[in-house]
Amino acid sequence: MSAPSNQDLQQYRSYLLRYALLQLRDHDLAEDAVQETLLAALEGRAQFSGRSSHKTWLTGILKHKIIDVMRRKSRERPLTSGDDQSEADAIDTLFKADGHWQRFPASWGNPEQSLENKKFWEIFELCSQLMPARAARVFMMREVMELTTGEICKELAITPTNLWVILHRARLSLRECLEIKWFGGAAK
Amino acid sequence: MLSCKEVSVLLSQAQEQPLGLREQLGLRLHLVLCQGCANFRRQLDFMRAAIRRYRDGDAAH
Repeated sequence: MSAPSNQDLQQYRSYLLRYALLQLRDHDLAEDAVQETLLAALEGRAQFSGRSSHKTWLTGILKHKIIDVMRRKSRERPLTSGDDQSEADAIDTLFKADGHWQRFPASWGNPEQSLENKKFWEIFELCSQLMPARAARVFMMREVMELTTGEICKELAITPTNLWVILHRARLSLRECLEIKWFGGAAK
Repeated sequence: MLSCKEVSVLLSQAQEQPLGLREQLGLRLHLVLCQGCANFRRQLDFMRAAIRRYRDGDAAH
């Protein structure tokens, strides 16, 4: 594949912005990361090797830009480890003392059908925004940027045990929201 | 026998790395008996697929 033109790059703009927003949850920061990505891509166009698609290449640049933004942000407001207990507590509230679910996860039927429903994606977006901030950040690093657990621990200076707890909290939160707002409701 | 809470933790961990043999066995035993946790397992896979589809812009929006 040949080096991308300006037009090629612009066509990925909305994709890059959605990606950055999922991770950064702040429109201005996401916009900055996308601008920097497009600029770096234009300047580095000659180095495009053609071994990957334009989209993959841009995504690779964007990931670095997002991590830069997160580093800058965490210097201003670091992730405190004091939240660990509250995350474990939040998980505890979903279970009884004997370890049973407070409310058993319901069957979502054939959830894949929802993927074709525009309304579902509005709920999905809402639920991802409602996730607790720290849990969401870690979850998106794992699920959106697809970093390894080792990379995430290193980047955030947290232990693997912390990481499991935070990811678990994030998943339980997203699950609960989708069940209440979509799968359990009339919208099914 | 593992509790639902322990099983939920293992299912979440299994999204990151393969579990040990003993954990897998405990999990299977629990899942044949517990529909709630079996639902949870399927939901984890679904959520992962959904978020990637949303990210990649294949969503119907």
